[in-house]
Amino acid sequence: MNEILKPAADWELQSMVKQLAARNLSIELVGNGTKRSVGRPVNASMAMTTTGIRGISLYEPTELVMSARAGTPLSQIEVELAGRGQMLPFEPIDLGPALGSYAGSQTIGAVFACNLSGARRITAGAARDHLLGVVGVNGRGDIFKSGGRVMKNVTGLDIARGLTGSWGTLAAMTEVTFKVLPMPDDTATLVFTGLTEDLAVELMCAAMGSPYEVSGTVHLPQTLAARLLHDDLRMAARSLTAIRLENFPRSVAYRKGRLKERLKVYGPPIELDQESSLRFWGELRRLSVMPYGSQTYLWRISTAPKVAPQLVNTIRRHMDNVETMYDWSGGLVWLEIPASADAGASDIRRALATHGGYATLVRADIGVRESVDVFQPLNPTIERLSRGLKSAFDPSNVFNPGRMYATI
Amino acid sequence: MEFLAPDHGVIARRELILSGLAEAVGADRVISDEDGRRAYETDALTAYKCMPLAVVLPRTTEEVSAVLRYCHANGVKVVARGAGTSLCGGALPAADAVVVGVSKMNRVLDIDFAGRTVRVESGITNLAISAAVSPEGFFYAPDPSSQLACTLAGNLAMNSGGAHCLKYGVTTNNVLGVRMVMMDGEIVDFGGPQLDPEGYDFLALIVGSEGQFGIITEATVRIIKSAEGARPMMLGFDSAAKAGMCVARIIGSGIIPVAIEFMDRPAIKVCEAFAKAGYPLDVEALLIVEVEGSEEEISERLAQIVEIARPLNPSSVTVADGDEQAARIWKGRKAAFGAIGRLSDYLCMDGTIPLSALGQVLDDITSICKSHGLKVANIFHAGDGNLHPLIMYEANDRDAAHRAELAGAEILKLCVKVGGCLTGEHGVGVEKRDLMHVQFTETELVLQLRIKAVFDPLDLLNAGKVFPLDVKVAPDEPAGDAAHAA
Ligand SMILES: Cc1cc2nc3c(=O)[nH]c(=O)nc-3n(C[C@H](O)[C@H](O)[C@H](O)COP(=O)(O)OP(=O)(O)OC[C@H]3O[C@@H](n4cnc5c(N)ncnc54)[C@H](O)[C@@H]3O)c2cc1C
Repeated sequence: MNEILKPAADWELQSMVKQLAARNLSIELVGNGTKRSVGRPVNASMAMTTTGIRGISLYEPTELVMSARAGTPLSQIEVELAGRGQMLPFEPIDLGPALGSYAGSQTIGAVFACNLSGARRITAGAARDHLLGVVGVNGRGDIFKSGGRVMKNVTGLDIARGLTGSWGTLAAMTEVTFKVLPMPDDTATLVFTGLTEDLAVELMCAAMGSPYEVSGTVHLPQTLAARLLHDDLRMAARSLTAIRLENFPRSVAYRKGRLKERLKVYGPPIELDQESSLRFWGELRRLSVMPYGSQTYLWRISTAPKVAPQLVNTIRRHMDNVETMYDWSGGLVWLEIPASADAGASDIRRALATHGGYATLVRADIGVRESVDVFQPLNPTIERLSRGLKSAFDPSNVFNPGRMYATI
Repeated sequence: MEFLAPDHGVIARRELILSGLAEAVGADRVISDEDGRRAYETDALTAYKCMPLAVVLPRTTEEVSAVLRYCHANGVKVVARGAGTSLCGGALPAADAVVVGVSKMNRVLDIDFAGRTVRVESGITNLAISAAVSPEGFFYAPDPSSQLACTLAGNLAMNSGGAHCLKYGVTTNNVLGVRMVMMDGEIVDFGGPQLDPEGYDFLALIVGSEGQFGIITEATVRIIKSAEGARPMMLGFDSAAKAGMCVARIIGSGIIPVAIEFMDRPAIKVCEAFAKAGYPLDVEALLIVEVEGSEEEISERLAQIVEIARPLNPSSVTVADGDEQAARIWKGRKAAFGAIGRLSDYLCMDGTIPLSALGQVLDDITSICKSHGLKVANIFHAGDGNLHPLIMYEANDRDAAHRAELAGAEILKLCVKVGGCLTGEHGVGVEKRDLMHVQFTETELVLQLRIKAVFDPLDLLNAGKVFPLDVKVAPDEPAGDAAHAA
């Protein structure tokens, strides 16, 4: 694949897609290409990047709304927002380092196309929840918009949100409009140490079930804590269960006190102040404890928190050297496993069939991604509907053919 | 309003269809007599009425499936119904259609406090979900003013919102999974207890699809722990523009209250007479701003908001002095539609606008209504720009009713023109169907119809609504299928 198309405007992208469709050609659609190695290998005639379509087109801080061209680097957006004391509430995770590329280089279009969210997702909602509108080009070469710039909008089908998590297989987004929020004035973290996974999940759920608006709950077993860059926490040399509070300073202080009282049976926590908290959560956002490695593969499992530890135990019975990080109080499990021919897919998915949830293979060699289901296999009805949806947007299969599912 | 011509062949087969339905789910589930059906002939958009062919009230997902399978096999249209509180004619029956109501399916199936989710049958009322989890201090966040009556099914179909959505989001942000019966009777689960969808985000498309995709019978929704306390305050201003500016400044300062509600002078007067909430009567615009937290947190936040408002010279500032006054302040707001309804018939509009356009749009709304010889009251969710102008008219006066519709359409076009949309939370239904051309191109409407066809290829579900009747999907080019086969 040597030709990379780089349209600089919607109309140009549109005319390229029309020509490709007419000639029965397909494209691998990418932003900056940081997540190119996620998914089944795409067998496309050529590649297309959205990075020529960039720039912030609208920013109204008092309306909490921003529109940006799809190829705008996320880093540019976050700088702009920070300048007005605002942020993306869903704290998009940066998979760059885990996938062997750089941190900070993904595009905003890809953040929504892959529905990437971080720790704050558990209270603030996911990327999908913040998307207000989209302009895009479908596989027929039609330019369409859906949603808009206002918070409340139920006019017609919610196609914008429907495109999140479709990994560029349905349409090429050229502009996204999304909700932003003020940055909290203060952040603090309570880090409980030495808990088992069962107890950690119990604690995280208890914290989330408090009225103190906990905005992040993560558990790292000792082996992963040892990989942290954050010196104090690494040197604790125990498993870590972190609870984040964000608000104005007096509120954070008050809530911290109440939570400590409520959670005192779990032992005295280490307390991180604002600066230290930002370092810790910033590191987690880049998944620093699960860096790229050719000897390991990476899974992402979404499940109900209460079953997460059992699920992981079942998987461990079939595999050695499994490392797990629990986010979203256990509802999101990152699993690092030793490289193997099927990436443990059959064992993992068998465990999921018993406990519930689904798994995505985020990092593995290309040969493995060719032969195992990278995204959770679909039941026949959902598969039929997925094919239907694909063909409603992209009947001649122009965009990312086979990236999510072999038949779609 | 043009309605889809009923299929007289179906109507002629009514007796046969009634016995087919009775066979499918039992005669006790089927309402066929005229008096019984009359209760279903309209929804809260009472301007339109139509007697349905029959009404079926199933008790289980399997029964819903049996009804739909029968209707699918016999080419009979179906209109899904919750409590019938739709304000856009979303649940309006058709003469050749069977109404399938989920109101008898209202059980709580499972509560997971640790994971903070609840699984319920879809006919449960919005408020009953919160009631089921409130003993443990939790609640279900989206709170439409109709929450005592409306069902979760209707909320899901309409993607309903409410006063507290500024902080907690609307229905789509609070649902994790649904069980839906497809028109051919197949039962399908979308999503589940986990936070992320697997594969395509079908849930995003289903929520807000206004009964066009299938009949939702169960759902898993998120619940949230209630804050330690909450308190509203009222800020009165001598102009709507100032109130709008105050909203922008509060949000711009980094404070996101749980709710910011707006009422104009006519609305304040009516609501005060109804609720005795202590609303100031000598102001042009009133903001109700609510914050949450501990006593201390609330006091600090409210003090900050007062400081932000001060340069705008509010003519009155009142902080609720206790739970009782707080309840009365909200009672007035939540009863607003009902209170105005006791004085006059009204059309409730639901457009959304960017906040920066608020002052201008409110002026324009007043002049639009004046030009049609009508009065208007404004009550709305100011934090998110979702307007609810209530255009008052006399229903017996055909001409006034017509003028109210014209004024309503002009208002909605204005909302789109300033960068907003036709409907923020009430849905399109029949009411705004033909205005969809104002917001969408033909291509965009066709794309939506293609998605609808993935779920309901025969167009038997809630036909003749949401999508303008003149928009048609052209048959697909063969190239598409060839590429798939390759
Ligand atoms: C006084 C008053 C105040 C209101 N306040 C608000 C408000 O604050 N915010 C707001 O958003 N709305 C509000 N509404 C509008 C209305 O209450 C909502 O749209 C509500 O969600 C409708 O619920 P319902 O159960 O009455 O549904 P119905 O009116 O019965 O149906 C609504 C739509 O849902 C579809 N539907 C019903 N059941 C199913 C099912 N099982 N599967 C698939 N589709 C189904 C119907 O076909 C129809 O299109 C208000 C209405 C009134 C009368």
